Amino acid sequence: MCADCGCSITEDVGGHTHHHEHIHDNPQLNDKKTIDVITKILDKNDHEAGHNRAHFDKHDVLCLNLMSSPGSGKTTLLEYLSDIADFKFGVIEGDLETNKDADRLKSKGIQAHQIQTGSACHLDAFMVHKALHHMDLDKVDVCFVENVGNLVCPASYDVGAHLNIVLVSIPEGEDKIAKYPVMFRQADLILFTKTDLLPYFKYDMKEEKKSARRLKPNVDILEVNINDIDSIKRVAQWIRFKKEMR
Amino acid sequence: MHEYSIVSSLLDLCEENAKKENAKKITKVEVKIGKLSGVEPDLLQVAFDTFKEKTICDGAEFVMNIQDVVIYCNVCKKEFTLKQNEFTCPKCKSFDINTIDGEDMYLMRLEMV
Ligand SMILES: Nc1nc2c(ncn2[C@@H]2O[C@H](COP(=O)(O)OP(=O)(O)OP(=O)(O)O)[C@@H](O)[C@H]2O)c(=O)[nH]1
Ligand SMILES: [Mg+2]
Ligand SMILES: [Zn+2]
Ligand SMILES: [Zn+2]
Ligand SMILES: [Zn+2]
Ligand SMILES: [Zn+2]
Repeated sequence: MCADCGCSITEDVGGHTHHHEHIHDNPQLNDKKTIDVITKILDKNDHEAGHNRAHFDKHDVLCLNLMSSPGSGKTTLLEYLSDIADFKFGVIEGDLETNKDADRLKSKGIQAHQIQTGSACHLDAFMVHKALHHMDLDKVDVCFVENVGNLVCPASYDVGAHLNIVLVSIPEGEDKIAKYPVMFRQADLILFTKTDLLPYFKYDMKEEKKSARRLKPNVDILEVNINDIDSIKRVAQWIRFKKEMR
Repeated sequence: MHEYSIVSSLLDLCEENAKKENAKKITKVEVKIGKLSGVEPDLLQVAFDTFKEKTICDGAEFVMNIQDVVIYCNVCKKEFTLKQNEFTCPKCKSFDINTIDGEDMYLMRLEMV
């Protein structure tokens, strides 16, 4: 699996071992036989994710996986970050269809590559690997992966990011965190977005934060609103800090 | 609906193991599905039944064991099964816990001929 790509991405695997097993000449089975396998079903994806991470590490790039429902404000946040961030970043965009999100970012001068997943409702490590062929990581400090808008499937797939940021916007309503525990368990940072809309929705922010910390007691939480540049700056600070801590 | 891509990974794993064992056919596939693995067991069953046809798993029985979330408390030095999605030690309320099961999906066992 690792050899068939042939690119330098696959060379440096730091930290994990390969078991390239030999196929033993077992005699043809005649009787029923039960074998214990005990392998993660997504083992191959996880392995590839490890390669992607090694690739980011080699280039001294922090990779952040952005996940949320459709329309929670992932691309908008990246657009605003480009104006104020004191680090350089690139973006790998995942959408079912269209290049619209990558085009939005490119028009702001951000290096971006679009993956169109077609029918897949999530990005996996193999798709991100392919996209990495199109990214010049020496030009950036941080690489975002904007996952397909979906609070379910992306949670199961390690794409090779170092940290996960999960967005949840006020208009989506309360209880999203409790309803999608698998996703919010993956979060290193939760962003409550569109907080300018709080006056128009019944939304108990305190309760939602509590609910997040029941799932993940040590999760970081920030509130974001694009009309309040300081809130975007705090996101940039968090990222800067995580970059420096690696 | 990523159950279809999960089944496709599962079938690849079955194929590989059958080859290694020189088996002609897999008759039973046993998996462990964590309660917080993000997989809907019913959908997984449907996806497996749809995709197993014409693979080495054609006709195979599919056994799913649903795994509760189990944590280890580093204070109590003990394992606990979580009854709700609250990631603190149910006994001493410490945050100093490790999740040891229930968030992943495993292929556990294969029966083949
Ligand atoms: N009021 C308000 N609107 C916002 C805010 N952030 C984003 N939006 C709006 O939300 C809409 C969706 O934003 P996007 O950034 O495209 O969302 P996304 O998460 O990238 O969407 P997908 O890529 O389709 O999943 C846009 O119309 C944004 O202008 C905010 O802080 N306040
Ligand atoms: Mg977007
Ligand atoms: Zn490898
Ligand atoms: Zn490659
Ligand atoms: Zn899906
Ligand atoms: Zn305890």
